Amino acid sequence: MAEYTRPQSEQEFDQNFKQKKPLMNQTEAYMESSRCLFCYDAPCVQACPTHIDIPLFIKQIHTENVEGAARTIYDMNWMGNACGKVCPTQVLCEGACVFNHQHVKPIEIGRLQNFATSQVMTAGKPLFHPGAPNGKKVAIIGAGPAGISCACELRVLGYSVTIFEAKEKPSGLTVYGTAPYKITNTEALTEVDYLQKQLGFQINYASPVSTIEQLQKLEADYDAVFLGVGNGPTAALRLPGEDFENVIGAVEFVEALRFQKHRIRVPDRVVVIGGGNTAMDAASESARMGSSQVYLAYRRSREQMGAYWFEYDLAISAGVKSVFNASPLEILGNGKATGVRFIRTTQENGALNEIPGSEFVLECDLVIKATGQAKLADFLGKIQGLELDKSKRIVVNPVTFQTGNPKYFAGGDAVNGGAEVVNGAFEGKQAALGIHAYLTNS
Amino acid sequence: MTDLSINFAGIKAPNPFWLASAPPTNSGYQIMKAFEAGWGGAVWKTLGVPVVNVSSRYGGLNYRDTRMAGFTNIELITDRTLADNLREMEEVKKYFPNHAVIASLMVESRKEWQQIIKDVENAGADGIELNFGCPHGMCERGMGSAVGQEPAVLKTIVEWVMEAATVPVITKLTPNISDIEDPGLAAVQGGTNAISLINTIKSIIGIDLDTFSPLPAVDGKGTNGGYCGPAVKPIALNMVRQLAQHPEIAGTPISGIGGIETWRDVVEYILLGCTSVQVCTAVMHYGFGIVREMESGLRQFMEDRGFQTIYDFAGKALPNVVEWKDLNLKHKVVASINADKCIGCQLCYIACEDGAHQAIALPQNGQTRVPEIIDENCVGCNLCSLVCPVEECITMEKRDSGKEQLTWDELVAADAAPVAFNDPRAGGNGHYVPEPVKALNK
Repeated sequence: MAEYTRPQSEQEFDQNFKQKKPLMNQTEAYMESSRCLFCYDAPCVQACPTHIDIPLFIKQIHTENVEGAARTIYDMNWMGNACGKVCPTQVLCEGACVFNHQHVKPIEIGRLQNFATSQVMTAGKPLFHPGAPNGKKVAIIGAGPAGISCACELRVLGYSVTIFEAKEKPSGLTVYGTAPYKITNTEALTEVDYLQKQLGFQINYASPVSTIEQLQKLEADYDAVFLGVGNGPTAALRLPGEDFENVIGAVEFVEALRFQKHRIRVPDRVVVIGGGNTAMDAASESARMGSSQVYLAYRRSREQMGAYWFEYDLAISAGVKSVFNASPLEILGNGKATGVRFIRTTQENGALNEIPGSEFVLECDLVIKATGQAKLADFLGKIQGLELDKSKRIVVNPVTFQTGNPKYFAGGDAVNGGAEVVNGAFEGKQAALGIHAYLTNS
Repeated sequence: MTDLSINFAGIKAPNPFWLASAPPTNSGYQIMKAFEAGWGGAVWKTLGVPVVNVSSRYGGLNYRDTRMAGFTNIELITDRTLADNLREMEEVKKYFPNHAVIASLMVESRKEWQQIIKDVENAGADGIELNFGCPHGMCERGMGSAVGQEPAVLKTIVEWVMEAATVPVITKLTPNISDIEDPGLAAVQGGTNAISLINTIKSIIGIDLDTFSPLPAVDGKGTNGGYCGPAVKPIALNMVRQLAQHPEIAGTPISGIGGIETWRDVVEYILLGCTSVQVCTAVMHYGFGIVREMESGLRQFMEDRGFQTIYDFAGKALPNVVEWKDLNLKHKVVASINADKCIGCQLCYIACEDGAHQAIALPQNGQTRVPEIIDENCVGCNLCSLVCPVEECITMEKRDSGKEQLTWDELVAADAAPVAFNDPRAGGNGHYVPEPVKALNK
């Protein structure tokens, strides 16, 4: 018995994908902000990858200086609104809140952050201005959180900035790859629009950069290039049957879901393969689309999942069933998947061993592979001097985010392998400061 | 069996919880409702020549999410006719013969005073309260606090009243004076049967930041109001004890007023010598029903300690209120942090570091956020224990033997402390303070 019925309209879709962190009203924000203790050297600030002065902005909200609160947030994090909604706050700021030690509910920092930023965003109230033009130009590849953050910071410093984005919309995975109950398309896009209006960076959409010639032109036309390219499509599992028509990557599944909403039909029986947060999202999303039987299959144990416990709980609460210690052997079917054959696994000293004779089949009408995105090694290999590590991540200076090619800087998933929006926002901003130091020899 | 009934200067009531003369006692309807709810007495809203009131009369002082921690009003005495009030008073007494109905009065001439006393006595009032306290409006007309601030005038009017009154007379005092003992003494010398205090404190509760008008605003203007509510309790407690300890006033029953909301407040007033209490703001905030909490708490307190009546503990705190010079300089406490309870907010650290005596250190090992007390720097001021958000986490531990007793006078008599600058020992007692320049790199 499914927990959710199939959404037939946009309203029903929105109902099934109700926001996990809905916007606070004035009273809620007032009451919640009053609880903050204003800790010294606050653990929440330490836990935030962008080090937003959280106690300060909460106090500002409480004293009805909401614009000041938004400024405190954006001063440190250009994705202030998106982060308030999509950050895994339970393991970051809210997880660090001292109230946890007293078994008191931690301050809802994410929602308070959102309360402040959404007010200036909705009002279109500018908080920042571009710096005096310094005559230098920077190209940014990718309009995701890292690219946009880098652009904003560079504009404040007076650089002319052009972003080259392969897709039709900005925000990267915030809008293309995040579960719809975490942030709406409108929210994600409004923030970029809000920032673009006050800081005036150029975004060229549907402008993929992929060839050596294009790269050479950027190098000739711009003083520096920032790579905020993220990762590629879902990586191949190299399983028989992987090319069947109803086998899809999680990233591709989420993208379709976010833009087609109730218009896509997720079949009744779904198997999601993977143990990361994207796997949890895909499973939870399938259940919310009305699929009656959603299995989450992971080759290791529950404790070893990369996913946060709360994302797993969310999937389970949506009606998802989980199968652990099950490694996929092949996708069954005849041009169309009808099931996945698994084998049970055990572990010894970290090594995964298959248990002979323990094979079993989960029947299904859709297989979602949530086993990570491929790296863009082919493209990155075209940039001279760029160094990649064993996992094909771009190697950068940890402070300046400069790559092996001094003209190139990088941040976000392409560097960290695939982390949160907040990490991309931090790295993009830091890279902008690195670019500034490089171009001013300071 | 606990007995809450009182005999206050001859006024009998089933319990010491009275409503103060104020908006909650504006009508017979309200007072009957209050008696039904459990109040033991009510001081009728001040009778006199009916006034004209302004629209917009009250203002609140909020602290964080706490509404009306302080409260102000610019409402005057009754705006209803004397005939209506007297008729209703008679009716209340008919339904509640055993409850205390006290008529608060404010008129000008001796003739008016003596006439209105006859009127309320005829209506069945059990007592009279003289309003010498109102600090707004009425004082501009030579009444209210204008009387309370002139001990000679106050005494004269009390004498007029005592000539005519056959029921007990309570004189209500204003706190808007330098020394409460002056009007207190004048009231006793004038022959009053009892005293009540405090009336409200002259105040401006706030300014509208858009219109620059004081609050409450009457057509863009405001005037000083009378301040009351929980925030004024400490001022009232001290004035109450000053009178209760005064050799010529002690023995005159005192009705305590000022910020009373819970049973704990009630007990404090009684411990300082009051034998009835009057409540207004708490009722204006929560309604008559709050008396249930007061009664239940007071009964519990008395049962736990074996007190039969409130007279068993009335004034029990008075011997402990002494002058500073009588405090024991050999008493020594030092703060102690319970590491198991500490949640690591470090408010104690920053409070002591910036606001007190630099006697708390941050942990150095990085493993914990529990601060440490520097015993030799701790002067035992309590600040850390006051800011600590966790109950019983920081406690003040006694370090003296308990055998030594030394007061300031004894210290000076023994020539063990400097009392003038030309004393070579006038260089301070040498407790730790850091060098000023150490602040620069913090």
